Amino acid sequence: MSNSLWRKFVNVLMHAASALSVLLAVTALLAVLGYVLLNGFSALNTDFFLRLPTPVGIPGGGVANAIVGSMIVIGLATLFAAPIGLGAGIYLSEFGDNWFGDLVRYLADVLSGVPSIVVGIFAYALIVSRQGYFSALSAGFALGVMMLPAITRTTEEMLRMVPTTLREGALALGVPRWRTTVSVVLPMGMGGVVTGIVLAIARVAGETAPLLFTAFGNPFWNVDVAKPIATLPHTVYTYAISPYADWHAKAWGTALVLTGFVLCTSLLARRLGRQRHLS
Amino acid sequence: MGIASRSARRRATLGRINLGDAIFGGWAWLMAATLVLIIVLLVLELYEGSKLGISRFGFSFLIEERWDPVFERFGSLPAIFGTVVSSLLSLAIAAPLGLMAAIFLAEMAPSWLDQPVSFIIELLASVPSVVYGLWGLFVLVPILRDPIQRTLYRSLGFLPIFGCTPLGIGMMAAVVVLAIMILPYATAVARDMLRAVPNEQREAMLALGATRWETIWRAVVPYARSGIIGGFMLALGRAVGETMAVTMLIGNRPDISPCLFSPAYTLASQIANEFAESVSPLHVSVLIELGLVLFVITLILNGLARLLVWRISRGEMRGAR
Repeated sequence: MSNSLWRKFVNVLMHAASALSVLLAVTALLAVLGYVLLNGFSALNTDFFLRLPTPVGIPGGGVANAIVGSMIVIGLATLFAAPIGLGAGIYLSEFGDNWFGDLVRYLADVLSGVPSIVVGIFAYALIVSRQGYFSALSAGFALGVMMLPAITRTTEEMLRMVPTTLREGALALGVPRWRTTVSVVLPMGMGGVVTGIVLAIARVAGETAPLLFTAFGNPFWNVDVAKPIATLPHTVYTYAISPYADWHAKAWGTALVLTGFVLCTSLLARRLGRQRHLS
Repeated sequence: MGIASRSARRRATLGRINLGDAIFGGWAWLMAATLVLIIVLLVLELYEGSKLGISRFGFSFLIEERWDPVFERFGSLPAIFGTVVSSLLSLAIAAPLGLMAAIFLAEMAPSWLDQPVSFIIELLASVPSVVYGLWGLFVLVPILRDPIQRTLYRSLGFLPIFGCTPLGIGMMAAVVVLAIMILPYATAVARDMLRAVPNEQREAMLALGATRWETIWRAVVPYARSGIIGGFMLALGRAVGETMAVTMLIGNRPDISPCLFSPAYTLASQIANEFAESVSPLHVSVLIELGLVLFVITLILNGLARLLVWRISRGEMRGAR
């Protein structure tokens, strides 16, 4: 084979290999989502959403407590992380051109790389071991810590995109700096900030590892934040590793609800982000 | 406009300090300081929690092979071994696939194909870890056990890596699922790095008469190399810290075995599996110490990765000017 033919052959071969790699990645996703959809759908019925779990061997029942529990824990996490992340983001974009700002930026990056299980240990050591009981509150704290870096950095980025001329315009009219930030800069960047928060929620909603020794799980109804609470990801875990076929079916159903929630939330965030760009 | 000049101008505009400014600035500073405080607390709590284990075993904790809660002999070597092997092997699968997929998306695909495929690959990244674990447990493990591992055992069983009973659950299952999980990260970063390569690189190579592939492989990929490696290290960091899917699939046994089919442990899965049912204060303490080791490993990996990615994106900015 001549040299130029060989080179053309390699060219075609490598194009095919690249396309094949993409195909493989897409197939993997479809395989995972397909099985979750297929096995999960047959486990869903109205009881699944409205009833409490039944003891082993008794058919029926659902995961209503875990759905509500997940909402409570995510709500607590957002309540904890949103104000801190927003404030820190405002600090970084409006006041943070100094060494302290650089430190905060660096540490936010460090925090976003900390494995979720380590955050779980942190919440356990800081809250659970001091109080002596597992609680929804400590789980909310753990997930909040995981949300913090994302919210902080998106807030900073979004506010930095607001043109400096707007700030200068407001300041030139004699508006104090804090009023400029609150009434001019924040409203302009708010869409992006909200997108960032929604994305952060989507990212932690499926986290299980930080909940193992904070929320702990609870087979009963509970809305008290000072008590152990059931959550969707933790329910998937306990049901999946149990030896009962009925629980396995419920694990698939719960996984479908959880994956559906996470994917819908990230799609929603993406939609919000795109609308902002268009307008 | 540079950041420094902007803030200098702002400072010049504001001669005097107003009370509202002081309060608002103070609040924002306080929130930023809270973030710093949280990380300081995290490090302190990890250290405080593992003190008992550190004082009892010292550095031998890192090289001790036994893990025996009953006789209180604890060593982290099996978990470190499992973590290193599972994450490196999964990267060895995901890195070439991710690079080739990134090349396809950045260099070859028409834009109508590139966008939806990139979107699908990003979806792959947002599926919760525990769902991968569930899928691995009920879909992947049965397939691995019967046709794949059994065949390997029968035909290549004389090799140590295939020389033990095929259980399905074990190192191999964890590696395959980890590879699927980190593939989107490796692909996404590599794609962005390839896109950052200036077009002059491609044009010059094509003008010399190179084929598309030679252009990509000799002019584009080497230019983005450090960024791509950085992306792979980020993906490695993910694999090292990944907990749920691994806990559900790796079999959870503190053994060091050369065999790919045998159960093992990782730092994260050992913590997840034993923490809630730990038997003594020392047991809790050594589990937290495993967390500390994990924290330090990911810190180093992410630091190196950021350095590499940051270098290439800075180069991109310089090229654009």
